Amino acid sequence: MIPKDPTQVRQITLARARIPNMRRLDVAREHGAWRVFERVLADHVPPETIVDEVKASGLRGRGGAGFPTGLKWSFVPKDSGKPTYLMCNADEGEPGTFKDRDIMRFDPHLLLEGIAIASWALGVHDAYIYIRGEFVDEARVLQQAIDEAYQAGWLGENIRGSGFDLHITVHRGAGAYICGEETALIESVEGKPGRPRFKPPFPAVEGFYRCPTVVNNVETLATIPVIIERGGAWHAEIGRPNNTGCKIFSVSGCVKRPGNYELPLGVSLRELIEEHAGGVRVGTKPKVVIPGGSSAPWLTEEHYEIPLTFDDLAKAGSMLGSGAVIVLDESVDLVRVAWRLAKFYAHESCGQCTPCREGTGWLARILGRIVEGRGTREDLKVLEDAAAHMAGRTICALADGAAAPVLSLVRLFPELVHQRIVGKAA
Amino acid sequence: MSAPRFSEARLQEIERLARRYPGRRSLLLPVLHMAQEDFGHVGEDVQRMVAEVVGVPLMWVKEVVTFYTMFRERPCGKRLIEFCTNASCMVNGAYELLDYTCKKLGIRPGETTEDGLFTVKEVECLGACAGAPVVQVDHGSYKEHADRAWVDQLIEETRREAEEEQGR
Ligand SMILES: Cc1cc2nc3c(=O)[nH]c(=O)nc-3n(C[C@H](O)[C@H](O)[C@H](O)COP(=O)(O)O)c2cc1C
Ligand code: SF4
Ligand code: FES
Repeated sequence: MIPKDPTQVRQITLARARIPNMRRLDVAREHGAWRVFERVLADHVPPETIVDEVKASGLRGRGGAGFPTGLKWSFVPKDSGKPTYLMCNADEGEPGTFKDRDIMRFDPHLLLEGIAIASWALGVHDAYIYIRGEFVDEARVLQQAIDEAYQAGWLGENIRGSGFDLHITVHRGAGAYICGEETALIESVEGKPGRPRFKPPFPAVEGFYRCPTVVNNVETLATIPVIIERGGAWHAEIGRPNNTGCKIFSVSGCVKRPGNYELPLGVSLRELIEEHAGGVRVGTKPKVVIPGGSSAPWLTEEHYEIPLTFDDLAKAGSMLGSGAVIVLDESVDLVRVAWRLAKFYAHESCGQCTPCREGTGWLARILGRIVEGRGTREDLKVLEDAAAHMAGRTICALADGAAAPVLSLVRLFPELVHQRIVGKAA
Repeated sequence: MSAPRFSEARLQEIERLARRYPGRRSLLLPVLHMAQEDFGHVGEDVQRMVAEVVGVPLMWVKEVVTFYTMFRERPCGKRLIEFCTNASCMVNGAYELLDYTCKKLGIRPGETTEDGLFTVKEVECLGACAGAPVVQVDHGSYKEHADRAWVDQLIEETRREAEEEQGR
């Protein structure tokens, strides 16, 4: 299915997604599911070897922060005397992101096998999939796949006589974006409101019930089987240096063919939008592209040729984030988009940091006034000040995400905001 | 009304699940989901029962119920219709569809119709933006590319169902 030659690879985690009934274990087995884990168990591949391959692969987390996965795994202390836990982050709440859903509903066994291999490497015996509450169908598909895997002996106690035990539990969220943040996620699985914790300690050292806990995104974990099958060096040749492998780009908004496109990192924004997503609906080029989910600073025409990598987007002052690409064309009222996103962050702030709790509320209210044509010059000043002062002063990155759209709007399109204010006065 | 109680099967399911967590408090979200499924909403009496079954103070249950938007303390309409209006849905007509639905039902977002049949809500990104505008009904499967014809049909079907139930 996946070519041996890495330069030919276009898809990894969605490579089997279009095969009918792939969610069924018998079909999945025919297409190679669980084979890598089978070999790992049979050969008793040393955990360090797996961590080393993941390091060599250059894989960086697909959940948003782009942290090197192998490095994160190596932070787990070997001698804590406590159990280690794995949390698969399937909260997928970042507006514009809808990729993990397709992995889970079309190829759940790929994710389960990734979790199983990671668990073997980390010495985990209890792994959890934290899935957003609204994904009812996807949670059901996962549970069915898990049930089948237990029946076939891929999960449970003493798996295939190896002496290795692994349980995977689906844990449903209940409608709180903040629970996608890794420490809030852990709080949530502990049965508490999802309020992020101060770091350090990092979860890899002290997480779930104060035990070492690795939190990884669905797409990250679904990449593990092929890395172990083909080797880290193979994976490192796909994409760009320091930005290796394929990435699912969730393209939505004003494009003719919205959808998930899994492509090697480094594909240009233009190619993604024009050749894959069918181009914009109105005009020839997007007016604004929000890469990396709604929390990412906006890009404009000048960045149309940018290679989509973690590093290139950071250099351009934005971020690759979750790989979501929201495309806005000339027909869109950008002030209204900024207001809508501000409203989102105000609703989702967990409220424990003052700059975030107060700031997100201000941004939403002021932008609301401006959208309705009731905004004043003072408002505009407060807006920019509030946004500029929220970032970097809070426990988690939600506040930075809330500031990004507002700062993008006022810095890239000041005239649009002025018009709304002046328009009222005239 | 007597105090709500989980069925024996549910209690067994909960105890099986308890073995999968290092602490019983972790049962709160799963058990609240079960309770909402079984009782329709999680009012004070249900919260009390959940606290007892999980073995935690009522306050902890309350805190969780109020923090997470999917849990409701009061009953909603027979059909809960949730419209995503976040960016990608917004630029694909989500607000127009929400307005259309609300006008047709004579309510505002967040309200329930007087006949108790429909509750309409505006929600955040549902994680299915390629299908914008996306709507979720009764916390079930998503309706992607929702449009007026679909809304009309949903309303009509719900009314017909309600009439049939009354007739019985
Ligand atoms: C406000 C906020 C929301 C987040 N939401 C998600 C999410 O829905 N899914 C996800 O995988 N990561 C999310 N993250 C990132 C996680 O904190 C964490 O970095 C990630 O799950 C680690 O997995 P990875 O290294 O495999 O990417 C979020 C972070 C923040 C600050
Ligand atoms: S930044 Fe906002 S969401 Fe994050 S912990 Fe602080 S208040 Fe909560
Ligand atoms: S914006 Fe509506 S589903 Fe994502």
